[in-house]
Amino acid sequence: MSVSRASIPKAALLVLLVAFLAAPDAFAGLFRPLAPAGTPPIYAQTPLLTLAVNHLLLVAAATLAASLLALGSAIAATRPAGRDVLPFARALANLGQTFPPVAVLALAVPIFGFGTVPTLIALVLYGLLPIFETALTGLESLDPALLEAARGMGMTDRQRLVRVELPLALPMILSGIRLSAVIGLATATIGSTVAASTLGEVIVSGLLTGNTAYVLQGGLVVSALAILIDAGLRALEAVAARRAGSHA
Amino acid sequence: MIELMHVSRVVDGRTIVADVSLQIASGTILTVVGTSGSGKTTLLRLINRLVEPSAGTIRVAGRDVRTVPPDALRRGIGYAIQGHGLFPHRTVAENIGVVPKLLSWDRNRIAARVDELLALFRLEPALYRDRLPAALSGGEQQRIGVARALAAEPPILLMDEPFGALDPIIRGQAQDDLKAIQKRYGTTIVLVTHDMNEALRLGDRIAVMDRGRLVQEADPTALVGAPATDFVGALLGRGDRAFQLMALRIVDDLVEPGPAPGAPIMAGTSVRDALAESLWSQRPALPVSRDGVILGRVTRATLEAQGACP
Amino acid sequence: MGGHRATRAPVSFRPARPAFDPLGSVFAALLGLGLLALPLVTARPNRIALGTPLTAWSALPLGQALALGAVLGCAAPLLALRIAPGLRLAAGSAALTMLCLAAGWAADHLTPSGDRYGRISPDAGWWLAFAAAGLAAGDGLARLRPSPVLRIGALALVAALAGLILRSGLWDNLSVLREYVSRSDTFGREVRTQAGLALASVAAAALVGIPAAILARPVPALRAALLSVLNVVQTIPSMALFGMLIAPLAWIGRTVPGAADLGIAGIGAAPAFVALFAYALLPVTAATVAGLDAVPDPVRDAARGVGMTDRQRLAQVELPLALPAILTGIRIVLVQNIGLAVIAGLVGGGGLGVYVFQGISQNAGDLVLLGALPTVVMASGAAVLLDAVIDLSRGRAADRTP
Repeated sequence: MSVSRASIPKAALLVLLVAFLAAPDAFAGLFRPLAPAGTPPIYAQTPLLTLAVNHLLLVAAATLAASLLALGSAIAATRPAGRDVLPFARALANLGQTFPPVAVLALAVPIFGFGTVPTLIALVLYGLLPIFETALTGLESLDPALLEAARGMGMTDRQRLVRVELPLALPMILSGIRLSAVIGLATATIGSTVAASTLGEVIVSGLLTGNTAYVLQGGLVVSALAILIDAGLRALEAVAARRAGSHA
Repeated sequence: MIELMHVSRVVDGRTIVADVSLQIASGTILTVVGTSGSGKTTLLRLINRLVEPSAGTIRVAGRDVRTVPPDALRRGIGYAIQGHGLFPHRTVAENIGVVPKLLSWDRNRIAARVDELLALFRLEPALYRDRLPAALSGGEQQRIGVARALAAEPPILLMDEPFGALDPIIRGQAQDDLKAIQKRYGTTIVLVTHDMNEALRLGDRIAVMDRGRLVQEADPTALVGAPATDFVGALLGRGDRAFQLMALRIVDDLVEPGPAPGAPIMAGTSVRDALAESLWSQRPALPVSRDGVILGRVTRATLEAQGACP
Repeated sequence: MGGHRATRAPVSFRPARPAFDPLGSVFAALLGLGLLALPLVTARPNRIALGTPLTAWSALPLGQALALGAVLGCAAPLLALRIAPGLRLAAGSAALTMLCLAAGWAADHLTPSGDRYGRISPDAGWWLAFAAAGLAAGDGLARLRPSPVLRIGALALVAALAGLILRSGLWDNLSVLREYVSRSDTFGREVRTQAGLALASVAAAALVGIPAAILARPVPALRAALLSVLNVVQTIPSMALFGMLIAPLAWIGRTVPGAADLGIAGIGAAPAFVALFAYALLPVTAATVAGLDAVPDPVRDAARGVGMTDRQRLAQVELPLALPAILTGIRIVLVQNIGLAVIAGLVGGGGLGVYVFQGISQNAGDLVLLGALPTVVMASGAAVLLDAVIDLSRGRAADRTP
């Protein structure tokens, strides 16, 4: 992997983040001025590392589910048989975005109980639209001559989808997944209001006790994770774009 | 052998192909020529079932194409289109090997075939095998597109304006390459073009289409000499017919004994090129040679006579 | 191969289209499931007691149950068939209307007269059927491909109908409205606060973001810096940003003269407003940059060639052409901020989030609904309205291009 000037601050961020999660108490001095007198400067209810891992797992699961659903719908909507469904699928994905995650969470709780499940549902709903739209754009903007050639050579529809369409649309699909994951990282914090184990727990605790140090710890860790994951997925996108033969 | 019997295609009330009947003998080249909207591309795509006829039957090697599953049919027919459709995310070798891979050839056989085709198209295998299409010039891409269509040794090759995007200098070379390949492999070729001169140059027989109808089907000489309708005549271009006819003939049978000054022309030169040389060098007669041996001469008068209406 | 097939091929080659519409069949199945297999409503003797789920025929008097069954029984099979979009819309709307009426009827039927503590709320069956009918109607409407004006008209019609039902008192015995009744004095204020926060933050973001984008776009370093900073802001979770602003704003409120009078303080609407403004900046700025980038070079050159100054070119050519993209960015953030403003309830900023979070802590689902439903309605309405406006602006931009 080439090291450019732009990746140095990100590498530093990564090191800082790992250090903080591994040994948070070492940073106590930094946070002490921001915490009310007498309270521990570092959130200690649950280890920050555990919360971070849970948070990441939750977002990963939600992004995976949203990707499968959205990609499946985009593929279905671009087949000749599925053309009719396209405006509806688009409207549905748009609708998913108008539901504020808090509301979805709150409404899902009576049915699914507290904790991870309603948070997962809310994240999946919210993450559908970016992936759906980019997958749709990626699949629709393929060169028709390519698809004609593939068909004319005797590829079955499935072979054409898997060997030609998807690899070429992959960069766009990945950009949608990246967007969805980054948004999801921030949104997952809200899950703590319904007792899901995420970094939001730190933030909520800080809000309730007026402890800015906690709020910062939770917020900055999430932010750092989002920046790093965004950079990582961008690199993946670039690799996919090269493999798809975009004008190097 | 390809047979089309009373084939029509009607879409939303519009007739794209109207009652076309054609027979294409094995090992020959049929060029289908017409203006845009004449249905020539649709006619081509009917053969490999990329579109289905509204009426009529199409037979390939005696079998009705509808009895063969479309994907299997297409793997046995080469298909080269304008804009070549090379997969940008696959190397040259992978592109050429697509159909053989679909047919489950073993890897060594595919590699050997790839190298054979690259050499045939005068592309150094070691240099071109692992390149991506984006790293090729337009002429190279076109050649790889045709190579890909030929990869699985299909008995039939369908081509839709394959030379359209090439500049004139490369186009002539590509046309000659095609004739040589066809002669070598004995492939039956159906080639669609809007360029009448290309059609005359390449085709053993030519089919002219106008608004979905087959207007005339004949060999080049018969077509030039006796266009069936004004439309065909217009396509040919009235002013050129003498020269078109002369381009179809070669000097070999017109050689007579006798001396002539200046550099000789090769046997196999077309009458038209010979006349052009005669005018340019202001010689009323030209010597003709083959393999360095002077065969005789050909006179301008004889050459000019070849331009008369047959 | 093929020896057993008939050698004479059919003359015409039109494959028969199946009679069933796949999507419509799904809706029909869900309608049936919701009506027949799942409970329609849940009845609770009071706010926090456990509820009894009731199916449609237990929850409604016979006549009304039959009516509901009849309408849905006709709509479902109709939707499963391949029918014209207008008919699809009609069937879905009929089912929707019937379900809305049934909810009110069930609530009236199950509430003893004079009782104030009982809580009747729609259950899984009702929600499923409502969602299916709503989606079916929406699908029918979408397939008609209505013009922007028609879409706004449809929105207004739905709003009017909903208003009519609310005013008629049909739904008064439903639990959500009972919660409303006990909070009717503050409800209006919270709605206004929510809408106000969302609109004000988006307006401010537009006022700051669009000029910033215009100014920064030509300078690559500035543009990259601006977008990077805004990107980082987007990654900060909303609750954290809301919370991080409390202390600084409190300090400003205390030390800067006149700030407290403006309402700048550590709690209340101020931190919510600043956070919402910050979140709205990136999409608006990025959309403006993208929209201006997308103006074709030949058009720009033509404008310069005619002798327009930079400012004239910007105002008369580039901005009008970039308008759809900019409006799309505004639409995205408005919908986003209507939803995000709910978090303001967590930091004392008011808004419908107050009900949502109270409902969560009291374990009262209806209170949550009281906060969530109006939010969803506002967000969806804004989305439909702005999408229509964007489509209208796209039409005009196309007319104006030379």
